[in-house]
Formats: sequence, structure tokens, C-alpha cells
Amino acid sequence: MKRMMSSVVLVVLAAGSAFAQRKATIENVHDIPFSPVPNLLKLPPGEYLGEAVAVATNSKGHIFVYHRSANTRLFEFDQAGNFLKEIGSGYYGFEFAHSVRVDKDDNIWTVDEGTNMVTKFSPDGKVLMVLGRRPPAVLGVQAAPPGPNLPSQKYIFCRPTDVGWDPQGNIFVSDGYCNNRVVKYDKNGRFLAQAGSEKAGKALGEFNLPHGLQVDGQGNVWVADRTNSRYQVLDNNLKPIREITNLGVGWTMCISQGPHQYAFFSNSNPNGNMPGTWDITGEIYKAELDGTVIGKFGHPGKLAPGFQVVHMLDCRNPNEVIVGEIESWRVQKLIFQPTTAKAGSAQ
Amino acid sequence: MKRLMEALLATVIAGVPAIAQTDAAEIKFDSVANALQLPAGLYLGEVGGVATNSHGDIFVYTRTGHPTITIGTARPFAHGGSRLFQFDPNGKFVREIGKDSYGFMFAAQVRVDPNDNIWVVDQMTNMVIKFDPQRRVSMLLGRKEESVRVPARPPSGNGAGQPTDLFDRPTDVAWDAAGNIFVADGLGNARIAKFDKDGKFVKSWGKRGTGPGEFANVRSIAVDAQGDVYAADGGNRRIQVFDNDGNLKTAFTNVGNAQALCMTKGPNPVLYVSNSNPPDDIDLDGEIYKMRLDGTITGKFGRAGKLPKEFGTVNAIDCRNGNTLYVGEIGNLRVQKLVLH
Repeated sequence: MKRMMSSVVLVVLAAGSAFAQRKATIENVHDIPFSPVPNLLKLPPGEYLGEAVAVATNSKGHIFVYHRSANTRLFEFDQAGNFLKEIGSGYYGFEFAHSVRVDKDDNIWTVDEGTNMVTKFSPDGKVLMVLGRRPPAVLGVQAAPPGPNLPSQKYIFCRPTDVGWDPQGNIFVSDGYCNNRVVKYDKNGRFLAQAGSEKAGKALGEFNLPHGLQVDGQGNVWVADRTNSRYQVLDNNLKPIREITNLGVGWTMCISQGPHQYAFFSNSNPNGNMPGTWDITGEIYKAELDGTVIGKFGHPGKLAPGFQVVHMLDCRNPNEVIVGEIESWRVQKLIFQPTTAKAGSAQ
Repeated sequence: MKRLMEALLATVIAGVPAIAQTDAAEIKFDSVANALQLPAGLYLGEVGGVATNSHGDIFVYTRTGHPTITIGTARPFAHGGSRLFQFDPNGKFVREIGKDSYGFMFAAQVRVDPNDNIWVVDQMTNMVIKFDPQRRVSMLLGRKEESVRVPARPPSGNGAGQPTDLFDRPTDVAWDAAGNIFVADGLGNARIAKFDKDGKFVKSWGKRGTGPGEFANVRSIAVDAQGDVYAADGGNRRIQVFDNDGNLKTAFTNVGNAQALCMTKGPNPVLYVSNSNPPDDIDLDGEIYKMRLDGTITGKFGRAGKLPKEFGTVNAIDCRNGNTLYVGEIGNLRVQKLVLH
């Protein structure tokens, strides 16, 4: 009986870590008021979003949503949320959406953790480049091998999570659930460097589920290091500069465009809505790139404008943040009044 | 005499280093932009095969993905995952052939025979499907397994296969002047199977190994006017040449990981051979060689990469029109039309 009890405890503990949550330790951060835009996206009759894990805008304000419906799909909407078209219907690299981002030339990049592929689409939806390779179906249904992760490879991902670019066009990929690294490629897709490896670690420059990635105007690489409950900032050669540990779980982040960039960090409420989680998670922080936290907004909830596991943010315009949520199958837009109030410092 | 021949062969094989010949002359070439125009909403996946017919129509057999395994039944059944597209000589999309075919799951190759029949080789249904020029199914080799094994079984056996048309991950098909059919079989088996023009099994040869006449795998084959069979044994980084009955004549070990072969038609034929980079690395191999049928390399072009004029694991070459080639790539999900200068 005692043995059985200890196994039960172990199971509970293991389940707890799978629903990792962390109350942010930063204090006295004031709330930034916002106006929600109700029913932002207008889908054609008969079309639905699935888990809205990925959202991004292009320079015209068009909204791209890469979501997990019965088949993972990529939809394009105009800036008012009217449906324009589907991109990549039936495409080889779509199986289980994780991220979509738009580069400075309005190319659309998808990161798919079901195919292990990162795909660059032209603005009109043609495949321009692929990184990674989908495991060949001819090998059949393979059980994930038990034991440690297989050694990481230059050109093969293991459930990659996000993509970004520096001003020179170098490509950065966070990779992922079964590697624990950030990889740098040149603009033509040739491997240059990586930080981390297949192994999870806690030291600076090591990761435990790098889950989101952005590159700022200086070419520094910001990584949401989720299971380590922190964000890391790396220089352009992937040498760690600093970490931010007081903003809760490092679920995802974004950096706005323009000469004065802001960063947004999501301490997303964990999947499953376990008791108590709504009380201590779910908020998004807005900060200067030097770490000065300007304020926070949002809270968990099933109904808009509550958040149900924010998975991705678009903040091209820092006063119009678009939020993609896992558990509500929903994309929300939040409008802010420009503000300069300051409350604390990200550390 | 036979023993002497084997000894000679062994000397030849051992005497040539099994590396690609890097000092070959560079052939200048261009890649034609937008060679294939797909309708909106249609995408190529990994390209297993590309081939042209006598009219210049282009056929692409591609792994479009999303094979479906049906659950909830007594056995899991699988279907889908690959599609065959036809384009006109200008690259304009014409039609899909064999939509929802029982035999299309994981594209290995497409080839067009001298009578414009279209032959599809599928690595997962283990079938070779012959479509006549009107696109009707006119002959089948091999049979798809009724259900899939979950989890997948590991490879087994010595690759010699059985004296029949049961294939294990076949990769390619070719014909001699008499219409005999040669199937490269392939990645699960490691043999070449010969059938007469009516599809009756004649013989097969080869098994998994590194010795003369053995294969690490058979990636691609071509047959010359005399009926000799050129087999790309990529895993052993060589091409082995057999006579029409499977007797080993010679081997070329100067082309690296031979994965795709194409032999030109007409007098003075040449072979194009891709030293394809592995799918997980673009920093090695990748160039295509032009060689005479005696194994002499006369030039090379290209390298591994993701840009136009670079190659991502070439799996197919069409060389019907001399210096205009179509190249199908696994890594870059595309077909390039190349013009050699």
C-alpha cells in the first residue's frame, strides 16, 4: 500500500510539472487598460479555427492564423479581420501548427512541430525555402524511443517551436520540445551556429523547452525558455547576455517594430485550468528592451477578453496586440492608449 | 575464367577510391525560373520522380503527405500520401493522374517508356504501376500490404527477396530494347528484379552487402541500348554495371552517393548521376556528374543547398532532351529545369 501511495504521489508530481506554472515575482506592476476588439476574425460560413496557436501580421496589417483544425491550416485575413484566403492547403509541411511569423519582406514562415519543418512562403503563398525534414512516412508508425533525446543535427529539428530573423536576414530557430537549442542559419539556409543542444540545461545558454523566439533590431536573440521559467537574451552569435526570471513562466514573447521597440512577455496560464492557476498566471507584461517593465494586462478566463493559454503574440504595432490562444480556439485584438508609466524592472 | 574475372573486378573496384571525383570540369548551367506552374492551393511535397514523354509533357510524382491510417477497425488501413501531376511542355499544370489511387502512398519514382507509358514506383505500397498514354492502368507489379503494421517492423532479411514481384521499398524501373522490365528493389530489399514485357518474373539478382554484385541499396537504374543494366548502389557509393542477365561487368566508384541516374537516348549516350547529399545535411555532396558509359566523367555541376542551381537530395533526373534536364529534389520540395551550356 505504501508503495502504491508513493507511486500515486510520483504521478501527481509528474503531472504538476507537465502543467508548469509560476507566479511572477515582479511586484507593483500596474495594469495597462485596453479595449478589446470583439469578434475580430470573420470566417466564411462553415469554417472554424482550431487551437489558435499562432498569429502574425504583415506590413499591411493582414493577419495570418496558423491553427490546429482537423488538418493544420494557415488562413490570411485583412486588417479588419475579413477572411482573404487559405495558404498551403494540404501542404506537406503542415501537420501540427506551432508558430507563424512574417519577415520584413512580408514572407510568411510557418513552424510545424508535427512535421519538424520550417517553411518560408512568399507573400502570395509559394514555397520559397524549407528547413528541416518531415520524418518519412514510409518508415511507418514509430514509437518515440525511450531514454535521452537523440543527438541534435544541423539540419533536422525535433518539434521546433519558433523562428526569427536579424536585420541581415540570418534565420534563428528555437528547437524545441525534443531538442533544447537555438539554431542560427544564414539567409540561404546554411547552418552557422547553435546554442544549447539536445540536452536540457539550466545554465545561461542552455535551455529547457525553448518555446518562443524573437530577434530585436540590434540582432540580439530573445528566447522564451519555458520550463526554466525565464527568458534569455543572446547576442547575434548566440552567446548569452542575460536572463529574465521574474516574469513567470517563459511561454512566449514578441518584440514590436520601429525605432523604439517594446517587448511583450506572456506568463500564460497553463493548459488544463488546474485549480488555482487562474489566480497567479495569465498576464502579459510590456517592457522596454532594457528590462524596464511598463505594465501588465490580461487575466485568464474562458470568455473574451479573458485569456485561455496564450500561445503567441503579435505586437508589430505595440498599441495593437493580437493574441492567439490554445484552449479557446480564438484570436483577440487588444487596443492600447500609448503609455510611458513605469513600475519595475525585469530581472 | 570466371574466377579470373572476379579477381579482375575486385582489383578494379579496390583500385579506385570510393570518393566522388572532385577535379572534374565544371559544366556551366542555368536553372529556369518557375519551370512548373502549380495552380493556387496545390503544392509539391518531396519530389520522388520527374519524367517527360515524347511530346515534352512533364510528369511529377510527389510525396504530398498526410497518409491516413484508419483506426477503430480490426486492422489499421492506410491510404494517401502521394500524387502524380502532369504539366505541359511549358510547365503549365494539366491534370492530376491516379487521384486517390490505391497504390499511391510514398513516391519513389516516375519514368516514361519509349511508348509513352507512364510508370510509377511507390516505396510504401511496394507497387509499380503502368499507366498507358491515355492514363489507364494497364499493368501492375507488386501488391500493397493489406494493412499497416503498428508499430512499424524493422527491416529484415538479406535483401535478396523472393522469386516474384513482391517488392520491399522499390525505387526505380527501366526497360531494355526488347521491353523487358527491370525494377530496382530497392531500399528494403537490395536486388534487381527482371520481368518480361508482359510482367512475368524472369529472375532477380543481388542481396545486401558490400561485395561485387551486392548492394547497400539500389537507388536507381538505367538500361543501355545493349541491354546492360546500370544500378546506382548509393549506399556503397558506386554504380554497378550488369549484363542483361545480371552478370556483373564493372563498377564505377567515382561518383559518390549515386542516388539518381538518367541515360540519354540516341547515339553516344551519356549518364547523368547525382551524388545526392543526405537529407539531413547540405554541407556535403550534392553535385551531378556527366559521364560516358565506360565510367569516364566528362563534367559536373551544382552543389547541395537551397537556392536555385543548388540541390536538396536529388532523387530524379530526366534527360530526354540532351542538355535540358529536369531534376526532382527531396529536400527542396521542387523540380528544377536546368539548361546546360
